[in-house]
Amino acid sequence: MTALLSLDGLCQTYVNRPDLAERAANLMGAGYRETRVRAVDGVSLDIAPGEVVGLVGESGCGKSTLGRMVAGVEAPSAGRLAYRGTALEAMTPDQRRAWQLEVQMIFQDPFASLNPRMRIERIVGEAAVVHGLIRARDRRDYVADLMGKVGLAADMMTRYPHQFSGGQRQRVGIARALALKPRLIVCDEAISALDVSIQAQVLNLFEDLRAEFGFAYLFISHDLGAVAHIADRVAVMYLGRVVEIGAADDVFGDPRHPYTRALLAEAPRLDRRAQDFTPVTGEIPSPLDPPPGCTFHPRCPVAAPACREIVPQLQPGPTGRLAACLRETGEVT
Amino acid sequence: MTAPVLSVRGLRTDFATRAGRLTAVDGVSFDVGPGEVLGLVGESGSGKTITGFSILGLIDPPGEIVAGEVVLNGQNLRGLPEDAMRRLRGDRIAMIFQDPMMTLNPVLRIDTQLIETIRAHRDVGREAARQMAEAALAQVGIPSPAERLRAYPHELSGGMRQRVVIAAALMLEPDLIIADEPTTALDVTIQSQILYEMQRLMAERNTALIWITHDLTVVAGLAHRVAVMYAGRIVEMGAVDDLLDRPAHPYTHGLIHSIPSATPRGERLQPVRGMTPSLLNLPEGCAFAPRCPRADAACKTRPEERRIGDGRLVRCHHPLESGA
Ligand SMILES: Nc1ncnc2c1ncn2[C@@H]1O[C@H](COP(=O)(O)OP(=O)(O)OP(=O)(O)O)[C@@H](O)[C@H]1O
Ligand SMILES: Nc1ncnc2c1ncn2[C@@H]1O[C@H](COP(=O)(O)OP(=O)(O)OP(=O)(O)O)[C@@H](O)[C@H]1O
Ligand code: SF4
Ligand code: SF4
Ligand SMILES: [Mg+2]
Ligand SMILES: [Mg+2]
Repeated sequence: MTALLSLDGLCQTYVNRPDLAERAANLMGAGYRETRVRAVDGVSLDIAPGEVVGLVGESGCGKSTLGRMVAGVEAPSAGRLAYRGTALEAMTPDQRRAWQLEVQMIFQDPFASLNPRMRIERIVGEAAVVHGLIRARDRRDYVADLMGKVGLAADMMTRYPHQFSGGQRQRVGIARALALKPRLIVCDEAISALDVSIQAQVLNLFEDLRAEFGFAYLFISHDLGAVAHIADRVAVMYLGRVVEIGAADDVFGDPRHPYTRALLAEAPRLDRRAQDFTPVTGEIPSPLDPPPGCTFHPRCPVAAPACREIVPQLQPGPTGRLAACLRETGEVT
Repeated sequence: MTAPVLSVRGLRTDFATRAGRLTAVDGVSFDVGPGEVLGLVGESGSGKTITGFSILGLIDPPGEIVAGEVVLNGQNLRGLPEDAMRRLRGDRIAMIFQDPMMTLNPVLRIDTQLIETIRAHRDVGREAARQMAEAALAQVGIPSPAERLRAYPHELSGGMRQRVVIAAALMLEPDLIIADEPTTALDVTIQSQILYEMQRLMAERNTALIWITHDLTVVAGLAHRVAVMYAGRIVEMGAVDDLLDRPAHPYTHGLIHSIPSATPRGERLQPVRGMTPSLLNLPEGCAFAPRCPRADAACKTRPEERRIGDGRLVRCHHPLESGA
């Protein structure tokens, strides 16, 4: 079966040059330099029709950037992205339109992604009319139905985005993405502002849409409980790279990369009370200046001297799991 | 008992909308003591954020605070002139907004924004303010803080923006912090770093904290007391252990049982059955009745708050046995 979406060595580098004032200050010796962030650094990943791939990792590791490239919101700086087997550069205008329509994104920041001057009925229903999925006169019913599915009362349709609560706004974003009947939805922290009961309702809805229409999802979340529940496979990112990937049960049941282990160990639980929270141990590496070798080495509890020099590649280890760790690949024992 | 830092009594806030007038916060009362963390949880749309906005006097027409008192360190804030309120905000009360872009100006660099905030409240020079801002970013786990200060908001990841806003609130060491879903998009490591800084500030400065969240696991680890909201009212309040281990209100019970990690993979999650009622069309009596497995004829009248044990309140005609 061909993958719905396929990424090969995808990269995104953001370059920031000193602005005018800083260049002037540089004449006085201020030393402002150009900064480069390799937000996404060679990610390869396939998503099959109807598959749910979870994407987890530290804040700032490049998850949203990857999601935006998948949904066509921004173009990659290097690497290959193919939808239904056709690479981005080779797409005909029709294929490109199909990709843009069939891959929808639920944005992490709902407020910034909703037009403040439009009422919800238009925000959710307009694109479906424009693309000919529904008739203009059916818009109201169509939107009411979608709003019901995400737990919003139909009488809210006449409101503007600022008249909603945070979680309600997030659900408007979900309804808008669903309105276009996509094949793949990039869910970027799509349920992060919802209480657990409404989260459960939305996760069940995602499951239903997958069972009924074969929707696939790239499910970005820091909520490991939700990812464990919904994802078939999980990819763990660290500083722009995938450091471990595998079946969700395997990755959560037997994490192989030290970063994945650290991530799982710290997950908060309902039965942990009156915790003394601890600061981050070791330095949090900066994507502006990533450490050499394995980028996780400054924080890795089992780092060896070689880890400062050799960049580990994503390879199958003894259990067959793909992990980017020298201890897994046997380069360090 | 020490005097509370904040005392809220009978707070009520209404909004006029095209479809009708609604009451977003309906008779909310609670206290927060020095060094205390009150977790404010509840359904999406139940009035948590608007409670915070009302405390800060940030309700704009067509919204209106209709009734109630908000007392900070003995001073009633309701009716205080706007310029006095503005001086209080940031300095003695800070709110970390749910949406970071409510605090951040998209066209200004982070350094400009933080330095302005500091200098509006403290008599310090630009360079000293810049150093304070840099230290504040480091405190919330932002690597390369000096470089990141020069970024515009859109150049930061979602979680970094959230942390900048937290840093801005902590910077001036206020007496009361209202944190609205502050760590929702943060991974556990960074979340732990921020909670550590919060706990430190509270221990050193006796800051009071209202932690608004839907994440019960964070409430479990951080809060001393918890208040649960439903459709604008506090339906249950009590010490964190009592409330999470022995919920008395049927809604609290349902909430605790819909956590995904408690459900095996592939099995359907168990949300609280039924739909959130529209605030424009609330059922008579108990607003939870249409969804409540314990509802009966008595629930057609509005349940009043009652005390069940030490400092524990519930608003229900038939609280769960275990909660008593
Ligand atoms: N400007 C407004 N006009 C009309 N209704 C509003 C306005 N702002 C908020 N509301 C309504 O008031 C209710 C309470 O909103 P609030 O933002 O306090 O909810 P919340 O508990 O913070 O929810 P969430 O967890 O989703 O952020 C919601 O039902 C919301 O739709
Ligand atoms: N437009 C931009 N210009 C410059 N740098 C950017 C831009 N967008 C993102 N970045 C940087 O790219 C890196 C990855 O950001 P991204 O938003 O993808 O992270 P993330 O994994 O989604 O994090 P979070 O969990 O906090 O949302 C960050 O260091 C961020 O500052
Ligand atoms: S390569 Fe070395 S530093 Fe990196 S994760 Fe493996 S053991 Fe740790
Ligand atoms: S008052 Fe009645 S309907 Fe409301 S929560 Fe209690 S039992 Fe349920
Ligand atoms: Mg993100
Ligand atoms: Mg809110």
